[in-house]
Amino acid sequence: MKQLLILSGKGGTGKTTIASAFIKLSKAKAYADCDVDAPNLHLITKQSSQPKKTDYYGLPKAEIDTDLCIECGQCMQNCRFDAISADEKYKVDPFACEGCGVCELVCPVGAVSLKPAVAGELMLYADKEEVFSTAQLKMGSGTSGMLVTEVKKQMKSAADGVEFAIIDGSPGIGCPVIASLSGVDMVLIVAEPSISGISDMERIINTAAKFGVKTVVCINKFDTNMQNTEKIERFCIDHEINLVGRIAFDSDAVKAINNGQTIVDIDCNSGAAVKAVYNKTMELLLEKGGGLRS
Amino acid sequence: MRIAVLSGKGGTGKTLVSVNLAAAAKISTYIDCDVEEPNGHLFFKPENIQEEEVHVRIPKVDGKLCNGCRKCVDFCKFNALAYIKDKLIIFEDICHSCGGCILLCPEKALTEKEKVIGKIQKGASDQVTVYTGILNTGEPSGIPIIKKLLNENKPERNKTIFIDCPPGSACIVMESIKDADYCILVAEPTLFGVHNLNMVYELVKLFNKPFGVVLNKCLDGENPSEQFCIEKNIKIIGRIPFDSELGMLNSNAEIAVRKSERYRTIFSSLLETVKKEVHHETTSNS
Repeated sequence: MKQLLILSGKGGTGKTTIASAFIKLSKAKAYADCDVDAPNLHLITKQSSQPKKTDYYGLPKAEIDTDLCIECGQCMQNCRFDAISADEKYKVDPFACEGCGVCELVCPVGAVSLKPAVAGELMLYADKEEVFSTAQLKMGSGTSGMLVTEVKKQMKSAADGVEFAIIDGSPGIGCPVIASLSGVDMVLIVAEPSISGISDMERIINTAAKFGVKTVVCINKFDTNMQNTEKIERFCIDHEINLVGRIAFDSDAVKAINNGQTIVDIDCNSGAAVKAVYNKTMELLLEKGGGLRS
Repeated sequence: MRIAVLSGKGGTGKTLVSVNLAAAAKISTYIDCDVEEPNGHLFFKPENIQEEEVHVRIPKVDGKLCNGCRKCVDFCKFNALAYIKDKLIIFEDICHSCGGCILLCPEKALTEKEKVIGKIQKGASDQVTVYTGILNTGEPSGIPIIKKLLNENKPERNKTIFIDCPPGSACIVMESIKDADYCILVAEPTLFGVHNLNMVYELVKLFNKPFGVVLNKCLDGENPSEQFCIEKNIKIIGRIPFDSELGMLNSNAEIAVRKSERYRTIFSSLLETVKKEVHHETTSNS
């Protein structure tokens, strides 16, 4: 399965808007939303069926049996995550606990144990036509990288034999992004022509390069600051990164999204521009190795 | 007074709001907790920067002492250790620095070394003290950097502190709002915006934090986020219009408050509203 991952370094640049347009244009049989912190793709790729839901267990959380606890304080002293407090009784803050098991290890009386904890929910929409894998992390949970890995695994196993998949990534450069990068064939970076956007783009390009993934760039809302757009283009040329196009700011895009449509469902400028970006991206994705019939 | 600015998602205007409020407050502290993609410093362009590295402790092994008992490998919940071909291997990037393996090793073959995962910068921009946390690319977690950023700034409680939070509602955001006195939720007028607003709304409710919403990028016509606030009876404390003047200033990393009279007025009045809200919360809770 060839996998195209869409990233931006930061939210709000139009990752999901572009991913949803790509899904429409490619008639993708498999796609996933890896922004498990704030998934949005389901809002726009309307699903006809109900999803199959699975509880996602992250790392377990420690619990202290206060009847057994002798209040020696070993657990609190050894916890590196400041997850144990002792107001009256010793207790574990489940939001801070990373499930490392050190407290259980050091407790002399066996009062601490690790209990499985639901950290989120995986959702799989699968009908004859297509497979859509997504998830929602529980409020304040920490193990989002592992959940991202599960989202991709779920998509792959449900879409056996499908040749091409589109993955909407998560923002940032940390654990969930690193997890989403693993095993993909190419990354499309959506950049915004602002000083912040350029800084974010450089950081995500460095991250993708660290993991050896082929990277291409498109510029969204390019006309909001031409000078910065040119800066991005120059950066890409200097670093030998393929530019796959520009998309102008388009208030029709906001309207389409608010109606739950993709920008290629309606006749608008951004829709036409994203088509060109799509064609160029696919050309580069399939350039080497092939393996996908058009 | 600590004010956290959050949004559920990037790109909604957290940095715009927190940077401009800090600039409007004149004497204040700004802390950029979005350590994966810090942007606030691009606006403030702070001077006299002092830099400090942030370390985590990770294990290192003395091969001569290790007898291959694998107790550490079995213990590590993160699979950061493996014993392959008579050798203990440590995967530094997935180690959570819990220290368990060191406590456990019967041969005392494991000790700790420090590994740099990023840095903190402190500088000044006019009267604003600017703190930035920067996570190195390829490092999985910025939480140690956020902890350092927020803990080191405890003595400055008399100054108003603005915390620019990372996006989302995961542990990293909770770490950022833990000690906040008030939360500002920034929302976009789109369907995505409402969905994301709902998530941080749940988060601040969970933590029982006083909060209000700033509607950003307001256009004429329908605003799903405003609708949401009205339905849930959430206080809207400010509205920022979508306009090209602000867009241009912002995309060129200029601070609107310092460049435009109009925006100085908008953000100063937002600041007054926030102060009143915080005051109201403290008096009604005491």
